[in-house]
Amino acid sequence: MKNSILYVPRDSSAVSLGADAVAEQIRKEASSRKLDIKIVRNGSRGMFSHEPMVEVAIDGGRIAYGPVEVSDVASMFDANFLDGREHRLRLGIADEIPWLKSQTRLTFARAGVTDPLSLDDYLAHGGYRGLARAIELGAAGVVAEITKSGLRGRGGAGFPTGIKWKTAADAAATPKYVVCNADEGDSGTFSDRMVMEGDPFVLIEGMTIAALAIGATQGYIYLRSEYPHALRALTEALETALLKNYLGANVLGTGKSFELEIRLGAGAYICGEETAMLESIEGRRGMVRFKPPIPAIEGLFGKPTLVNNVVSFATVPIVLERGAEFFRNFGAGNSRGTIPFQLAGNAKRPGLIETSMGVTLRELVYEYGGGTASGRPVRAVQVGGPLGSYFTESMLDVAMDFESVAARGGILGHGGVVVFDDTVDMARMARYAMEFCANESCGKCTPCRIGSIRGTEVIDDIINRRKPRENLEVLRDLCDTMKYGSLCALGGLTPLPVLSALKYFPEDFGLAARDVDFIGDDLTISTSGAGNSHAIAQR
Amino acid sequence: MNSTNGNAGFDARTIDDIVAGVADKPGALMLVLHAVVERVGYIPVEAVPAIARGLNLSRAEVHGVISFYHDFRTERPGRKIIRVCRAESCQAMGAVALATHIKTRLGIDFGQTSANGDFTLEPVYCLGNCACSPAILVGDDLYGRVTPDRFDELLFLVSRAGGSA
Repeated sequence: MKNSILYVPRDSSAVSLGADAVAEQIRKEASSRKLDIKIVRNGSRGMFSHEPMVEVAIDGGRIAYGPVEVSDVASMFDANFLDGREHRLRLGIADEIPWLKSQTRLTFARAGVTDPLSLDDYLAHGGYRGLARAIELGAAGVVAEITKSGLRGRGGAGFPTGIKWKTAADAAATPKYVVCNADEGDSGTFSDRMVMEGDPFVLIEGMTIAALAIGATQGYIYLRSEYPHALRALTEALETALLKNYLGANVLGTGKSFELEIRLGAGAYICGEETAMLESIEGRRGMVRFKPPIPAIEGLFGKPTLVNNVVSFATVPIVLERGAEFFRNFGAGNSRGTIPFQLAGNAKRPGLIETSMGVTLRELVYEYGGGTASGRPVRAVQVGGPLGSYFTESMLDVAMDFESVAARGGILGHGGVVVFDDTVDMARMARYAMEFCANESCGKCTPCRIGSIRGTEVIDDIINRRKPRENLEVLRDLCDTMKYGSLCALGGLTPLPVLSALKYFPEDFGLAARDVDFIGDDLTISTSGAGNSHAIAQR
Repeated sequence: MNSTNGNAGFDARTIDDIVAGVADKPGALMLVLHAVVERVGYIPVEAVPAIARGLNLSRAEVHGVISFYHDFRTERPGRKIIRVCRAESCQAMGAVALATHIKTRLGIDFGQTSANGDFTLEPVYCLGNCACSPAILVGDDLYGRVTPDRFDELLFLVSRAGGSA
């Protein structure tokens, strides 16, 4: 009797929808039918509308079924799904599903395909070819290749990765560190988590390449404590890599040493800010540091430190393996390559969409997302996490690259896209942005610490019609002060969701459009015509 | 980060053991505090002097770090910590109503522990399960697309497994 190979994701989102129970039920059902099966717990392909998605390998590909519930399993066996036969949940060959096939999976090429904890599987699917080429190229060659690729940081700021690597490589002090920022705290984002759970070796490989390039001997992955599944997957992958000499005292016989250790966060959003993260790794309060000095010159323990986000490191191996030219052929303008967008919130078909930069927000929300989950009209879309701007339905034609989004007063951030239907109260979302900032402020600078608390009070006053005219003036000043006076992006960018909500949805605050026309289209606050440049209707 | 909160209880030896295990690592304080939470379930105030001594820090420094991070609680939590996501993506899918339901169902607000000691309720800002909003974390177990009804089922199963409530 043949041994059927089945795939049931171990990704925590799939598990949150019952994947473990489905896997268990499949085992039970197979055993009671005396069928020989092998279940591989793969990562997720990121099509969460159909998770838990079960795949069965047959000649000609892997046939997907989903979303599978425990109660569906017996009928799937009855329908001979092990042979890929018809069933109402059958989605066809996984690779051919349009939602997946239309994507360009570079960083996420293996996610959902391989067993994330199997080094053999990783190697069989192109793993560690990037490191092999990096060893051939040598440190300077690697930095040049990364620079040429046009890769920019995927964590939020979009800083050119090559320049950062060159700065750390040129720094004279030793030891040097490579630190991965895995404190993915933005609502609507989960690409880092999916890398760590679904393809952890690619992160390890990317960090190892970085270590060789800048001459670092110690690496840290700063992982948020909200990700227990990622912790387990990474821990196991690190042990395997160490055992097989992909990490440790003599990486692949190169004579170079690279040790890699996970450090856990403790529930502080601000520790996603790179200097606060370094403080936290050093065992202190996550207080933001003044810059300069920049971490590449004086970072962890005062030594040169290369800090990149998970997806940035995880993109490095493919850049090395396929070459800078291959990578930079994707993208738009100065935003090269692909980026994993994460579609979330009230979307009918949410999930991970890796595609060339420059895809429009409308394509993401409607073509991939299928509109709202509730079936109601899309009213607002927040791009770039809790510090990103809200967009209206009529603004969705914006191209999703760093420059185009910035030109519309937004940030691309870590690629999160959160959809809201027409039941959303944007005044409440604006208030929430201030409240979140107040909750998560490290407290070092006054504009962020006090400004955010004052912000919630002022928005409450506006909503409750207490001197709305005067308070809108206060809010305007406050946002100005936070934007220009804060030490880091938390205080500096909180005005974006607040001002965009105010500008595009004034009716939710009990205001008219003319009340808020002092806010420019790029969300800067016009200061022309000193004093009362804006006319607030008297009510 | 613990599926069932440790109940080893506090004694100075436990703290000394933990400190001795990681004291040679750079930036060991966070490691120590996580280990104390893992073993004891929280960080008793009586543990602070031992931690400070073991790591050659002042008590103020240790206290400062404990008070900074949401995860480092100084009171014993319930047997299970239920974390309810309050972030934007979950709000777009009814998290506010879900949180209200959970508070009513458990009879506690955020930051409180139920009278029988079974559950502590905490807000959380993103669990990375945004494609399956709204999300909650019960111990280390993640749940997605949680409706009030689904929460009630979960609560029933978790309470039964916990042998109380």
